[in-house]
Amino acid sequence: MDRKPIATVAEFHDPNTLVAAASTIHQRGYTKFDCYTPYPVHGLDRAMGVRRTILPYISFIGGLSGLASALLLQWWTGGYDYRLNIGGKPFFAIQFSVPVDFELTVLICAFFTLFGLLHLCRLPTWWHPLQDDPSFRRATDDTFVVAIFSDDPRYTSADTQELLRSVGGANVHIHYARQNPVEDVAPIG
Amino acid sequence: MATVTTAHHPTMHVDGLRHEREPLVLGEPTLHDITAKIAHIAEDKPTPKYLLALSFTAAIAAWGVGCILYTILTGIGVWGLNNPIGWGWDITNFVFWIGIGHAGTLISAILFLFRQKWRTAINRSAEAMTIFAVICAGLFPLIHVGRIWFAYWLIPYPNQMQMWTNFRSPLEWDVFAVSTYLTVSLIFWFLGMVPDLASLRDFVKNKVAKRIYSLFSLGWSGSMRHWHHYEMAYLILAGLSTPLVLSVHSVVSLDFTAGILPGWHTTIFPPYFVAGAIFSGFAMVMTLLVIAREVLDLKEYVTLKHLENMNKIILATGMMVGYAYAMEFFIAQYSGNPYEAFVFINRATGDYAWAYWTMVLCNVVSPQVFWSRRLRRNVPLMFIISILVNIGMWFERFTIIATSLHHDFLPASWGYYTPTWVEVSIFAGTFGIFLTLFLLFAKYIPVIAIAEVKAILPAAQPHHHAHAAAHAPEHPQVQPTQTA
Repeated sequence: MDRKPIATVAEFHDPNTLVAAASTIHQRGYTKFDCYTPYPVHGLDRAMGVRRTILPYISFIGGLSGLASALLLQWWTGGYDYRLNIGGKPFFAIQFSVPVDFELTVLICAFFTLFGLLHLCRLPTWWHPLQDDPSFRRATDDTFVVAIFSDDPRYTSADTQELLRSVGGANVHIHYARQNPVEDVAPIG
Repeated sequence: MATVTTAHHPTMHVDGLRHEREPLVLGEPTLHDITAKIAHIAEDKPTPKYLLALSFTAAIAAWGVGCILYTILTGIGVWGLNNPIGWGWDITNFVFWIGIGHAGTLISAILFLFRQKWRTAINRSAEAMTIFAVICAGLFPLIHVGRIWFAYWLIPYPNQMQMWTNFRSPLEWDVFAVSTYLTVSLIFWFLGMVPDLASLRDFVKNKVAKRIYSLFSLGWSGSMRHWHHYEMAYLILAGLSTPLVLSVHSVVSLDFTAGILPGWHTTIFPPYFVAGAIFSGFAMVMTLLVIAREVLDLKEYVTLKHLENMNKIILATGMMVGYAYAMEFFIAQYSGNPYEAFVFINRATGDYAWAYWTMVLCNVVSPQVFWSRRLRRNVPLMFIISILVNIGMWFERFTIIATSLHHDFLPASWGYYTPTWVEVSIFAGTFGIFLTLFLLFAKYIPVIAIAEVKAILPAAQPHHHAHAAAHAPEHPQVQPTQTA
């Protein structure tokens, strides 16, 4: 049986050890690694060397497009395409457009935030390389899991295992690919 | 197997004194305990009591839907509306339900921005309540328009008539405000739930349930690289929802204030409506949570401290509403406008005085008991007060709408309005819809934000270095688990 290693996996049970471990792994030059945690652990992203998310820019663009479309919609429909005199009110004015401007800004901004997030996380996905790993499955429950992937240039099965043990990882093991990848295409879990 | 324990409680250091702060989660559960507790609610077979309650609320909902169909098929002549009272229970119920929803957003968004950690136990159910309340609210304007099959005319779209909607009307603003509110609340609620649905996906044994939770958890893995984006998304949505919730009830109040009717045409309405919305919403959260923590056995998570905090907010917003009642009365007299002054005197002494004084008793007088800490922590009492507040807030909207309409400028056009059985049934029906949805939610969706509660356990976050050194022995011990 000659199966391809996907990643070396270790469990952690204390957030302090986890953050220190992530920091060490990052400093050793590993880039293809990830920590799976049941809740966001403060400072872990910085320890892992994760770059600041660009999501706020995506949301900002969304908000601006919402505002622009609201102004355009109200001006074009009421002030240009169908000018109807109602009680002598102006066909278009910034003042009365404010509520709809605000609502559409929020709405489009929220959509950009949602879909921006899904895009940045590459979600939804029905598959994860570690989905059969028993440690990984407990990452949504009570275990912190660190996985260093085998496509990392610094990955060697011996060194990486040694590193994960030295930083306090428990149950360090290599997760192998399935022999027949199409035998089960069930979603994670 | 879980080994992250809550070894010590957070403490405050004030001038060398050490005050033990009341813990947010009682009984020192482990991370696994929390997952198991919430997942078991979803996984266990529904009890006969639950099914009985569900069939009861579903029956009321069905009766309400039947009456809505009767209204649609016959026309809104089956209601008690007349000239001059063209807005009755329908619009009262719309404003009432929209208001109920506001506490959910307040708890989920505003308390999040203020870093109020106690919100984690109650935010999920409060957000669910928001969504169900907005669904109930949205029904009323739709059936009120009479020809519901033309309700899509409210949306600006290119059409054969070559006409556009009138953006100068607050009613059109309402279409945008309410639909945005529903959509953004849904996004916020769903996004907050994704990690918890993933927890349930990995926990439940039932194959069908696993598939369903897999689908809705979108393949969430708990990757820290994802959490990093996720926390930012949550923050942005909270930041968006905060002004949104204030805007929605403000826009609803503009439906009234933009009219020139005495009693409606006042500038105090937007803040007054928002305070009232938060007030009634918190009362509804209280009603539901007192029942839910009893029935679902969630007393370790929804503690007396949570309930007490909500009672404080009920007291504060109740006082704001009381202030608004007094102030609009004063301004009406001070304005020198005889019609305005008359409407308010008429509210307190006229045909609808019974509604006005019910409102004052329920909204202003009853919450005053919460000045006492002992009474703030009395569960049966707070349950009664929360129901009184809900009744009072419904009467507030009814008073505003009916009393202002029934006596306007000309005595020749005065009238009186009483609802018919159809209107009463539809209102009861929306309670049926609301409670049915809430019961389904409480059973099958993680009713407490699992990941958020885990994150506020005392030992959940890494300590600062200096602090960590001082508390080293208190750290949770590491126990490797066996490979399954």
